[in-house]
Amino acid sequence: MDAHTPPAEVIPPRPVLEAPDIARVLTRIAHEIVERAKGAENVVLLGIPTRGVHLARRLAAKLTEITGRDVPVGSLDITMYRDDLRLRPARALSRTEIPKDGIEGSVVILVDDVLFSGRTIRAALDALNDIGRPRAVRLAVLVDRGHRELPIRADYVGKNLPTSLRETVKVQLAEEDGRDSVLLGLGETSPAEG
Amino acid sequence: MKRHLISAADLTRDDAVLILDTAEELARVADRPIKKLPTLRGRTVVNLFFEDSTRTRISFEAAAKRLSADVINFSAKGSSVSKGESLKDTALTLEAMGADAVVIRHHDSGAPHRLATSGWIGGSVVNAGDGTHEHPTQALLDAFTMRRRLVGADTGLGRDLSGRRITIVGDVLHSRVARSNVHLLTTLGAEVTLVAPPTLVPVGVGAWPCEVSYDLDAVLGKSDAVMMLRVQRERMNAAFFPTEREYARRYGLDGDRMATMPEHAIVMHPGPMNRGMEITAEVADSARCTAVEQVANGVSIRMAVLYLLLSGAVPEEPAAGQTRTEESK
Repeated sequence: MDAHTPPAEVIPPRPVLEAPDIARVLTRIAHEIVERAKGAENVVLLGIPTRGVHLARRLAAKLTEITGRDVPVGSLDITMYRDDLRLRPARALSRTEIPKDGIEGSVVILVDDVLFSGRTIRAALDALNDIGRPRAVRLAVLVDRGHRELPIRADYVGKNLPTSLRETVKVQLAEEDGRDSVLLGLGETSPAEG
Repeated sequence: MKRHLISAADLTRDDAVLILDTAEELARVADRPIKKLPTLRGRTVVNLFFEDSTRTRISFEAAAKRLSADVINFSAKGSSVSKGESLKDTALTLEAMGADAVVIRHHDSGAPHRLATSGWIGGSVVNAGDGTHEHPTQALLDAFTMRRRLVGADTGLGRDLSGRRITIVGDVLHSRVARSNVHLLTTLGAEVTLVAPPTLVPVGVGAWPCEVSYDLDAVLGKSDAVMMLRVQRERMNAAFFPTEREYARRYGLDGDRMATMPEHAIVMHPGPMNRGMEITAEVADSARCTAVEQVANGVSIRMAVLYLLLSGAVPEEPAAGQTRTEESK
């Protein structure tokens, strides 16, 4: 198809990762975490709502499987720290749940589904700052789609997905959407929105 | 959500549930070492109080400060108002100072509405009690307390108060708290019964979405929450009841009366309490009385209201409950 002619009809979103791929990718990330954090001691997983929380829980389960220890897992809502609150109507908040032993001195691994502009992660770092002082903060994402607007990168990436701004990336997880998949579709998006 | 919060009757069920859910998340900030969020940094909230109040003003002040807003407290005493300045000129002064929100308490019913609709100021107006009209944030914090106690803090998320039976006892005639509560609790699906001496029931109560009873003992046994209103001595210029003792005997809540309430039922009081009048010390100090809890919840509710009114873009239409999408990252 000629790249310059716009598509005549709406192209349905195309799956780039299916359920078995997502499971494999999470297993790999879990092993990478254990390898780099020397047995995942002191590791605290914090998911960014909504889907990051489910991914963090899945990662924690895999880490427990590998290390035989319980890995603390929680959630970190970043809504109050966003830099674009004034651009949209007021947003509903999600839950922030910090594991009971806190994050002081631990290695916090932030977990999110898609890394795009990096602004969400910037907000997450600010939010963490108000909660405690971890020894280190790392970032794990299922998909890195590029188009960063801030000097932020992920430490653990499930899949690098080069995209154009005309494409949308949609992550579906069984806990939220009834199925596991990552969909690549067409539609105008702007990283500046978030 | 509208741009102002003037009356509890303006809130839809979804608006009200959104405020309660937001307050539930914000309540958790109080447990953190740093009890502050940066959300309203650089915004100015003016507390414009024409009438005495401690807990409401302090509660709004704490809420605004926890959201990092700048707070200017303005009380009529010792201000130009005591020199005869009109509401309009005061409002224009505040507008010139760049107030993003004005929290107003006024002895005249309708003053917040006038402020919001007059075009004098561009910011949001929050009614913190106007005359005998409304006190919407009090009703919201009452509903929040009920949902936490009767439904559960976590299980209550997203839910309303449907099927709960709430009894409001006392000086309904002068009570803006009662009026706001009747509107809000009905919107949230609760069944409200007002109990008061006939002289303290407002004219036109028949049009309110609630039942009216003159017999406290008859309704206590089927109440999930009993809200005792303060007998407002400062407004008792006419003889509404023969003696305080008679009032206390017929409409006051004591230990024996509390024992006839269902086991899960709670006793609420908006404060300040007249111990020995509408509520005995035994009841006020019991674990079923939520008065202190209500004060703590008040800060969370007011944070939620200020956040929802001030943080977003000026709403074209209600867009509550929006969730983050992948595209918005």
